[in-house]
Amino acid sequence: MVKLEETISNEKLVELYREMVRVRLFDDKMGEFYARGLCPGTLHLSTGQEAVAVGVCANLTKEDLVTSTHRAHAHTIAKGTPMNVTAAEILGKLTGCCRGRGGTMHLSWPEMGMLYSSSIVGAGAPLAVGAALSATSRKTDQVVASFFGDGAANIGGFHESLNLASIWKLPVVFICENNLYAISVSVKRSTSVKDIAVRSKAYDMPGFTIDGNNVLEVYKTTRSAVDRARKGEGPTLIEAKTYRHHGHYYGDPGTAYRTKEEVEVWKKKDPIVWYRKYLLEHAIASEEQLNNIDKEVETEVAEAEKFAINSQFPGPEELERFVF
Amino acid sequence: MSIQREINMAEALNEAMREEMRRDPTVILMGEDVGVLGGVYGVSKGLLDEFGAERIRDTPISEDGFVGAGIGAAITELNPIVEIMYPDFLPCAMNQITNHMAKIHYMTGGQLTVPLTIRTAIIQGRGSGADHAQTLIPWFVQTPGLKVVVPSTPYDAKGLLKTAIRDKAPVMFFETAKLYLIKGPVPEEEYLIPFGEADVKREGTDLTIVAICNLVREALEAAEQLEDKEGINAEVIDPRTLVPLDKETIINSVKKTNKLVVVDNNHLACGVAAEIAAIVAEDAFDYLDGPIMRVATLQIPEPVAPPLIKLMLPNKDKIVAAAKKLF
Repeated sequence: MVKLEETISNEKLVELYREMVRVRLFDDKMGEFYARGLCPGTLHLSTGQEAVAVGVCANLTKEDLVTSTHRAHAHTIAKGTPMNVTAAEILGKLTGCCRGRGGTMHLSWPEMGMLYSSSIVGAGAPLAVGAALSATSRKTDQVVASFFGDGAANIGGFHESLNLASIWKLPVVFICENNLYAISVSVKRSTSVKDIAVRSKAYDMPGFTIDGNNVLEVYKTTRSAVDRARKGEGPTLIEAKTYRHHGHYYGDPGTAYRTKEEVEVWKKKDPIVWYRKYLLEHAIASEEQLNNIDKEVETEVAEAEKFAINSQFPGPEELERFVF
Repeated sequence: MSIQREINMAEALNEAMREEMRRDPTVILMGEDVGVLGGVYGVSKGLLDEFGAERIRDTPISEDGFVGAGIGAAITELNPIVEIMYPDFLPCAMNQITNHMAKIHYMTGGQLTVPLTIRTAIIQGRGSGADHAQTLIPWFVQTPGLKVVVPSTPYDAKGLLKTAIRDKAPVMFFETAKLYLIKGPVPEEEYLIPFGEADVKREGTDLTIVAICNLVREALEAAEQLEDKEGINAEVIDPRTLVPLDKETIINSVKKTNKLVVVDNNHLACGVAAEIAAIVAEDAFDYLDGPIMRVATLQIPEPVAPPLIKLMLPNKDKIVAAAKKLF
């Protein structure tokens, strides 16, 4: 049997690398912003989890929609939101995608299909169900990808959403980004099942547990789920097992509840390091080509930084706009 | 001119939804028992037959899920109406209502709009116990981003619901089940009632009574009694929408009468009456000849025993008693 990655063009395979580097370097910059005291509120980074956002979003068209979470940067960037408006939003600037009202946890850029990020755990899934209902009702072929974490798999809204999407056969791909901890609580202590994807059985939909650090596996699994959704065959639950290199938020070492050894083991499974090696070993890209991509992304991030830093905060005339 | 027809509030609401669904194909209705049954009070009767199961959706008992879905549909070009059977079930969906429905427009800097209307039927005083009796209206008045509508007549209910469905902002629409079967004049021809315009249900010179929902009728009866027995000529104002609130009509009335009784189906503490009293105290203090009286639901859960229910809810007699204290 032909492996799916052999059917993906080299161009696309290299693109997956670029997107992961974009997510990584953007998040690194946001961490730096936070350390410099520039970010209002808190900051959740996706460092180590890039393959999930990128592998999923690479299957989506501009019209397809994404709902995200409090850890929203990766999905936002991978879905095509420009870095500059995302960075400006995280700093609360008027030029930000939400005019300085949403911030790091509530990113939105509908013109590229980045619908909304809800920072309330599990609350994005019902929105995704509604967006999919709308797509069906308006007879578009849009698919909605709904990202959430392992913590969300234990809240009612998750279960209600899977049930609704199943009974109404809606085009939703539910993506559980299982980074093994809900803040400090291990899934082993919080969750009745070893693999969250088995919960798909209760809602009569396909479920897959995959290696979330392998962008090709994420890409392939999501492709089948997106195809199924687009054909009107209903939702799928994908559980991508991954790990965050940082703690829950920037500045949390994450070692009060995880052993240093465990963190080190997962850091060795860095999705970008692995994929870079894969591309080189299979002669899909050259070292020079990948280095150039790294440099181009560094420039893109630097420009976004400049844009965000130089932008103004909203003035008082902005305070009451958009309440209704 | 033909004699104006009379229909009840349930029929008026049904007409409002039917007309708007005919006008705008993006309007859908979702909720428990709204389809095959036509609503537990028949408000959506016949809509499934006319518009089909794609647009009239019976939902599972998943308020968090289907209110969230209503919001998700609203931010992606549909114009949904979601029915929550009773306000007591709104808490099951409060996460979606307060964190998403009310705030997404603001939090996305105006990129997304939430043209969602949530309808619910208050069954206060029915004797079904404290978790089938609540109004909860102040929760939503407190939440920036929501418009709050409280009709008291079939005419108002129809015109306000049509406006709610067309409004690009999210609307909480509080119906009162005990008003559903009461008839009132409703013209055949189409009309809308703008939000933020109170209706003076009875003009008067000696006292202002502000009341909402079913208590407008109690206030009108109280006004009759005050006139007949005490010679007090009361003005009765129904704000009709609490957000936006027509402060001007209330304040102008108080400037004329110098006395105010506020009648509220919600609990006393931080209720609608409290808010209206505070506004008048701030903006028209110098015009007041006496304290502002609040007649509101007592600060206790609703019991089942009918004599106790009577003690806790506002009614005509309590309004009369409050008014008399001002003279």
